[in-house]
Amino acid sequence: MAYSEKVIDHYENPRNVGAMDKDDSGVGTGMVGAPACGDVMRLQIKVNGQGIIEDAKFKTYGCGSAIASSSLVTEWVKGKTLDEAMTIRNSQIAEELELPPVKIHCSVLAEDAIKAAIEDYRNKQGGAQVVAPAEMASAQAAH
Amino acid sequence: MNQPKIIELNSEQSLLINPDRPIYLDYQATTPVDPLVLEQMLPFLTHDFGNAASRSHPYGWTAEKAVEKARQQVADAIHADPREIVWTSGATEATNLALKGAAHFYSGKGKHLITLRTEHKATLDTCRQLEREGFEITYLEVQEDGLVDLQAFAAAIRPDTIIASVLYVNNEIGVIQPMEAIGKMLRAHKVLFHVDAVQALGKIPVDVEAIQADMMSLSGHKIYGPKGIGALYVRRKPRVRVEAQVHGGGHERGMRSGTLPTHQIVGMGAAAELAVQSMESDAKRIRQLRDRLLKGIQERVEETYINGNMEHRVPHNLNISFAFVEGESLIMALKEIAVSSGSACTSASLEPSYVLRALGKSDELAHSSIRFGIGRYTTEEEIDATIGLIAAKVDKLRELSPLWEMHQEGIDLNSIQWAAH
Ligand SMILES: Cc1ncc(COP(=O)(O)O)c(C=O)c1O
Ligand code: FES
Repeated sequence: MAYSEKVIDHYENPRNVGAMDKDDSGVGTGMVGAPACGDVMRLQIKVNGQGIIEDAKFKTYGCGSAIASSSLVTEWVKGKTLDEAMTIRNSQIAEELELPPVKIHCSVLAEDAIKAAIEDYRNKQGGAQVVAPAEMASAQAAH
Repeated sequence: MNQPKIIELNSEQSLLINPDRPIYLDYQATTPVDPLVLEQMLPFLTHDFGNAASRSHPYGWTAEKAVEKARQQVADAIHADPREIVWTSGATEATNLALKGAAHFYSGKGKHLITLRTEHKATLDTCRQLEREGFEITYLEVQEDGLVDLQAFAAAIRPDTIIASVLYVNNEIGVIQPMEAIGKMLRAHKVLFHVDAVQALGKIPVDVEAIQADMMSLSGHKIYGPKGIGALYVRRKPRVRVEAQVHGGGHERGMRSGTLPTHQIVGMGAAAELAVQSMESDAKRIRQLRDRLLKGIQERVEETYINGNMEHRVPHNLNISFAFVEGESLIMALKEIAVSSGSACTSASLEPSYVLRALGKSDELAHSSIRFGIGRYTTEEEIDATIGLIAAKVDKLRELSPLWEMHQEGIDLNSIQWAAH
């Protein structure tokens, strides 16, 4: 299969690869997919006191398009509020990366990963959007 | 953009690879035509262009003579009689002719066939079609190493079983089925034995008498001959009958009509002869390369798993799973190597290899598998470059893999509830 140049670029130079402390209350972790399906995507976001995603990291087991999709969304979510990040759609990812039809599910996975990470973060906050001062401090210290 | 890439082998040697011509390690998919074969084919496209069915002039006679010489060459390669060889467009057609042709002819005797779950699609899809026509098929499981259990095979034979079809050498994992024992058992039960020997010819001795095959499918392009030509062996004693699937001028004793492609046939004949002649020396060299590849990979990459029995296997194939790395992404990283994967992501159906799944491998390992096919033109330098590339790229992808990270942390991946989708 021929890949678009954007997929190849993200695949060869993946952005924001890594891990964050998933026990940090300022970090939301979303892990979607399953090894048996050939794809597992983990997206982590670090949210500051203003509810803005100030950092994102990913690791992905999956095809080149899955890796590229997750790399791309780490770039897209940074600087966005949670509500803004929630509006990212897989169709936008697929369009940006020029994914062929058989690879659409890789972009669906990336959209799911964002939602799962945000949900995890919100659960940790007890559903509240306000961040406690102590957590704000730790979030900033990490930066 | 497409600059040749220099791969360092060691402090003194390096290999230059043109991105349009990556190291070819996909010899089970197809092989190039050997120059010695091509040389014999060429005159039949131009100077000796006659139709083998033209009985009235020397153009036809020349073509017919060449076709019959090739028929003898193919027959000799499998210890058959030339009158038992029917030309087809390839092994897919040969298998269709064998299974449909014999099933239709013998349907009065019974409507049950036996095959393996790990067969090539040419067999499996033909069986599916026969099921739609009212035949019943048993798809035998194989053991973890890819070999069929003879007792299970024997148990599957019924009074109404008319044909069993078995892949001699598996195209994905290279394992060799116990054909002599199967042939003996089938003959005792008067069940016709069809053998897909596409991946066996030229790699191991193939003898229709030794294994008591009744029909055998062969293909030109897996033995350094041209694509688009194959043959079906149909036994004369005791006589096996197949109903034609292609009707027309009554060529090939009515079993397969259509003007014979003289140049292709000449190519297949020459390739079959060469395959047998060079079998021993090819296999010896290829085994050394395979051992070198396996050792190199195992020394440099941890968590690798070999798929398929290593002892009952042709050395031309190595199938390895690299745990925690997905096959398609690995192939994408291995731009300088042409290989194939059992990963779902490389297949149009998004299903991982049914062959590896039939071995009871976890889907995960099927997704992570790479098939290395070594052949007549593979060099030691290419193997060394492959080892280095594999080691580097697997490392890189594992750095990207959340599963690898969890494995490093000692987390058992089976203990996690994955959201299947
Ligand atoms: C084991 C096996 N059987 C059958 C075939 C089909 O052969 P052909 O390409 O000549 O139709 C192949 C090749 O794809 C094969 O590997
Ligand atoms: S992860 Fe399988 S096709 Fe993308």
